Amino acid sequence: MDVAIKEFILAMVVLDAGKVQGGGCPVFHAENSQEQQKTSLYLARILDGVVHDLENGVLLICRH
Amino acid sequence: MEKYLIAVIAGTVSGFVDRWLMLRSDYRYYPTYPHAYLTHLALGFIAAGLGAVAIPALAKPDYVAVTFLVLAAQQFRDIRNMERETLSNLEKTKLIPRGTDYIEGIARVFEARNYLVILTALLNSAVVYSLGWQYVFLSAPLCFLLSLRLMAGSHIGDIAKIEAGQLHFDGSILKVNDVVIKNVGLPAEREKILREGMGVIIKPIDDNARLTLDAPGQRMAIIHDAVSILGSKVDVGEPHFAPLARKQIDQGYLALFMLANEPDLEYLMEIIKRVPVLESTRGTTLSSLYGRKAAD
Repeated sequence: MDVAIKEFILAMVVLDAGKVQGGGCPVFHAENSQEQQKTSLYLARILDGVVHDLENGVLLICRH
Repeated sequence: MEKYLIAVIAGTVSGFVDRWLMLRSDYRYYPTYPHAYLTHLALGFIAAGLGAVAIPALAKPDYVAVTFLVLAAQQFRDIRNMERETLSNLEKTKLIPRGTDYIEGIARVFEARNYLVILTALLNSAVVYSLGWQYVFLSAPLCFLLSLRLMAGSHIGDIAKIEAGQLHFDGSILKVNDVVIKNVGLPAEREKILREGMGVIIKPIDDNARLTLDAPGQRMAIIHDAVSILGSKVDVGEPHFAPLARKQIDQGYLALFMLANEPDLEYLMEIIKRVPVLESTRGTTLSSLYGRKAAD
């Protein structure tokens, strides 16, 4: 049986740095929502992840 | 010609034809033509031969031959393992997997078909041996009909009502009617989903059906069948448009979301109706006392 960590956050892209603290994944800052979306799209494609929206200015790229 | 020989030939031929009739290569793309097709026809022929010699061997009487038959019949248990192994190996390279429940169902069906072939061959050789060769033209079609009827099984359309559902977003949450499907982060993806996505509601007709649809294996089978006909927009390493089936937890009905290459909602609903109900996921609560009492 292969053992793998599934369903974890690969990266976060935030508008407001104060919303995220510490943690085990890289956090990217974006100037505006356009840059935020572009960065998260690229990260999702590169990391084979899916972009999710917390609706508070935080987008996260998650592996399912 | 010898009476034994005619009985054996009649039994073998009818059994082989029976296997041929039960061998379907349809949208599920299994078994593949021509290799797996030939494998199963060959095994069907062996099964038919086994069944056909049983009655003449008993009548001869050759009891040693009959014990060998029992030994040989054991071999057909391996068919299930063979199918399971093949399909499980193929599963690793599938974008939308069948799921182990579906694989197990297919494997069992393949095994069962061979037993039906043995039975058909046995009955027909008995008919020819005891009544005469003319009667096989009556008994063989009856056996074929019976085999096809026995292997038919029920479908999702028999246990559930299929309705079109409305795809919409509640913030970043994708919903089909009132069922939450998933969170979609990017506005561009949301627009694409609203433009091209399809939503279907699968409503179980009773408590047995609700439990059947509850099983993730059954849902995977529905999704696999839908995708294998209409296509999907999932690619290697790009799972964000993956088709999903989620449950309305209070009412127990399912909502299916998919982004197909051929976005025909009408056909999607017809495809779902024809998905087989899997043996291993079949709900049976209504056959228990408290299940019936609770289902008011």
